[in-house]
Amino acid sequence: MMVMLREVEGSLHKLKYIKEEGRKTAVETVKEIGKPQADPAARIDRFLEYFTIGPQGLDPAGIVWKLEHILDVRDTRFKDEVKLMAPSADEIQANNLENTLEAAMALNYIYKIIRHFYLLGKKTYSLYVVMQIQMILPMVMKEAEAYASALKAFAFGQPIGDGAGALVAAKLMQGHETRKIAKDCVVATVPFEGRTAFVIKAEGPGGNVGKPGDAIKEVIEENNGNVATVVMIDAALKLEGEELGEVAEGVGAAIGGPGVDQYKIEESLVKYHIPINAVIIKEDVGDAVSPLRKEIFDSVENVIERVKQVVLERTKEGDKVIIAGIGNTIGIGQ
Amino acid sequence: MTMENSSPQRSRVSPSALMVLFIMLVLSLAALLYGVWIIDSYPDLAYIILLFGFLGTAMAAYTLVQMRRRLSKLKIVISPVTTTIECKKCGFKNVREFQRGDYIFKAVEPCQKCNDKMLITAVYREVKEKEKASFPY
Repeated sequence: MMVMLREVEGSLHKLKYIKEEGRKTAVETVKEIGKPQADPAARIDRFLEYFTIGPQGLDPAGIVWKLEHILDVRDTRFKDEVKLMAPSADEIQANNLENTLEAAMALNYIYKIIRHFYLLGKKTYSLYVVMQIQMILPMVMKEAEAYASALKAFAFGQPIGDGAGALVAAKLMQGHETRKIAKDCVVATVPFEGRTAFVIKAEGPGGNVGKPGDAIKEVIEENNGNVATVVMIDAALKLEGEELGEVAEGVGAAIGGPGVDQYKIEESLVKYHIPINAVIIKEDVGDAVSPLRKEIFDSVENVIERVKQVVLERTKEGDKVIIAGIGNTIGIGQ
Repeated sequence: MTMENSSPQRSRVSPSALMVLFIMLVLSLAALLYGVWIIDSYPDLAYIILLFGFLGTAMAAYTLVQMRRRLSKLKIVISPVTTTIECKKCGFKNVREFQRGDYIFKAVEPCQKCNDKMLITAVYREVKEKEKASFPY
């Protein structure tokens, strides 16, 4: 038990260092970009302790809308806080700052959880309390290190691995007119292999995932359900042994997050019986939130080829298709 | 821009602990020298002093190395991010370090060759992976 405690203690020491660095980066970025009149440190410390209570699930009917409401309130609250912290930041910078603060918040939370179990284990001398945290420690540390790299990427506005899907969409819509659709999303109508493609992505280059569920729903409704197929592109977690940037194809809504967008997409698709295809780019959790790696960037061309193949095989000439690039569009314009 | 967290590491090691270690190292080295000095006249005492000298030096050196290793473990090193700027007309390409405000598909300064507008076409980092041991599966 002492060996386990020592191991957890060592990791806790590193987590504390990472968490403090995260806080420092957040404070420095807010000062640099937002040029606040007062010291933002106290407000940032308060922000780091912010929590969100999920909806009650005893009666699951309508839980998605309750969750969506809570997430919307959280988002608005975060945006307001960032505006107060950094009054000089423009919209793009504010989005990036929000992402930076969220990463710092995640680090703070991880540190507190590990510290809780460490102290509880020490206090109770319970092998099982220490063991459960010691067993998942390598994964927790990996995630914490990923968030630490994410902090820098968000603070500088660099594209991240999670934005691979958004990058594919951005490449497809390049040179075509875009219009806003749903919250923080854009769509471009692009001629694609003899079909009309509605290419959707979150509005960049600020750190943003948008509401692709609403965007896809709106495009389907605009076309009265006359859409031959939907192709979703997203970054997905790779298993150990798989190559970074490997591209795979399947069916279903390729989208992460709390599930609200996936639910909305599936609802719209079922309503009009529209088939859905997915193309994923494999990466590990560290690559997903740290600055975009070359391997992932290079795989974008392969993804475009796969999307072309899917569209050619699954639709007829003249059909309408939706291509949605999912992910955080930080550092990616359109 | 090398993004490396390295600033407050000195604060991680207590100065008093470091001082104790250095004193221990100096005393151990002095013991070693003294042991060698008196080895002919008082061989029994010299061996004991030499033993303590060796043990002290080894312990102090080991602790210092461990301390250094622990500190280097704290570092999270991210490879530098590069920005590629391309001219769509003449194909002129410029690769430079990432600067705040860069983003993919941002229109930047005109091309040096044809004066047409240039676009940032790529922002990524290249990671030099260590040689992987061969794995048959």
